[in-house]
Amino acid sequence: MSNVLAVLEQRDGAIRKVSYEVVTGARRLADALSGGTGVDALILATGPVQGADQLGGFGADRVVTLTNAAFGSYAPEGYARAIADRVNADGYGAVVFAASATGKDLAPRVAARLGRPLVQDITDVTAAAGAVIATRPVYAGKALLKVRVAGGPVILSLRPNVFTPVQRPKAGAQESAGVDGSAGRVIVTQIKAAPAGTLDVAEAPIVVSGGRGLKDPANFKVLEALAAAFAGRAAVGASRAVVDAGWRPHADQVGQTGKTVSPTLYVAVGISGAIQHLAGMRTSKVIVAINKDKDAPIFKVADYGIVGDLFEVVPRLTEEIRKLHG
Amino acid sequence: MKIAVCIKRVPDSETRVKIASDGKSLDEAGVKFILNPYDEFAVEEGLRLKEKAGTGEVVVIALGPAAAQETIRTALAMGADRGVLLQTQGLHPDGLETAKALAAELKDAGFDVILLGKMAIDDYNHQVGPMVAELLDLPCVTTVAHLEIVGGKGTAEREIEGGVEVVAFPLPAVLTTDKGLNEPRYPALKGIMAAKKKPLEVKPTAPGPGALEILSLTLPPERQAGKIVGEGSAAVAELVRLLREEAKVL
Repeated sequence: MSNVLAVLEQRDGAIRKVSYEVVTGARRLADALSGGTGVDALILATGPVQGADQLGGFGADRVVTLTNAAFGSYAPEGYARAIADRVNADGYGAVVFAASATGKDLAPRVAARLGRPLVQDITDVTAAAGAVIATRPVYAGKALLKVRVAGGPVILSLRPNVFTPVQRPKAGAQESAGVDGSAGRVIVTQIKAAPAGTLDVAEAPIVVSGGRGLKDPANFKVLEALAAAFAGRAAVGASRAVVDAGWRPHADQVGQTGKTVSPTLYVAVGISGAIQHLAGMRTSKVIVAINKDKDAPIFKVADYGIVGDLFEVVPRLTEEIRKLHG
Repeated sequence: MKIAVCIKRVPDSETRVKIASDGKSLDEAGVKFILNPYDEFAVEEGLRLKEKAGTGEVVVIALGPAAAQETIRTALAMGADRGVLLQTQGLHPDGLETAKALAAELKDAGFDVILLGKMAIDDYNHQVGPMVAELLDLPCVTTVAHLEIVGGKGTAEREIEGGVEVVAFPLPAVLTTDKGLNEPRYPALKGIMAAKKKPLEVKPTAPGPGALEILSLTLPPERQAGKIVGEGSAAVAELVRLLREEAKVL
């Protein structure tokens, strides 16, 4: 099969971390297709991007930066046109995106432009007899759908935090080319950054989530302190009940009408474990539950549980974690 | 203002998934179906845009089986003016085919705003809105959590990792809605009665076969229930030891 194109993301002129996962996933797909399949990494930016020189280490044979004065911020139409033109010109067999906020917006536009289906938010990819087979969670992770894609190019987006970056050194030859065209009609005018150091629940390696057991929105400070103790590696999540009650923003919601997360460590605090919540966090590597009700369903999926009053247990846990990072 | 809202009939989020005997689809026996929650925000936003403009029409369009008429009636009861069901025999996994069927209905109909939920909570495809936009050559903003439209121009906010993107766009446009955009109204009894008399056109539709073949639908591996480390704050030290030495995540 023809080569695989990995579409990467930059923000403020630096490669986003999820991009290393995309190169890793693209390399895995290329190797599954056949030994000689190459991986080209594609970056859209205004100029040279910090971190591009490291992509060879994760399996990129070539790193191509397409530059345009309008490519500083995400530009859905300008990006989609530049990527689709590149795919058509170079005849790629597959195009791989991150299923990030940008990727989930961009990949469908590129796919429709190419007249090809999109397998969005996949958690596994393989190949059999030259055809790509991808697996993706459906019903918020209550079931897994495995599909085979006929023809090409095959367009995929990878769920963040699943394709752990692996060192697979390749040449990583750097190229740069200017492209014509405007940003398009949709223009990003501003990015309101969350307070420095805030991680997104979908991307954080550790998530500390709270539910009704917190009793009051102000009590989330207990969880914020625990998250802070993990020294910049943890985000605070929330159950649907507390988001619907207006205690926490929707961006923090984990579950079927919120985010599906797969962190290394998920700490569920005062969350009973409704089926729609479990669906959103069941693929976490390790789950810890802290709940005063020993019969709460959350304990059925938790690796480790503590039955007790969260207002005693969590501050103590925060202390212990602080000691580790002290 | 002329507004289209594309909606979908989906299994309720509390559904326990059972796999049908073909090993490729959901066993629908006993499953309750609802209006896709993200589409509720789209319907509500459509109604608000029309109310603010003081004039216009909100048309609800669904692609799905005959039973999706009920889903359309729900949106009509909320206040939409009329419905169109693009009736199909079951739905397949290729979102591009769904987008093509919707785009064919929306094309040249003079809509100022086309709204869809950001995704359906069944197939999680998360793609039909921007595909419709590409097929109709319209601007598109996805996962909109805040929206202002003044004089043919819009500003939207959408959540991105670690922040919020503020986006400007011209009308007509395709917008997909996220939770947090608004608080959808409940249909009042009067609305439910009125909805029964509102026009609902049924058009038989046969989307293309698409290029995705379902190989299997399976339940994920069950998580093994773990252990209760202990009770109260006395158990914390042991928990931390297990996380370090057994699970090796700290």
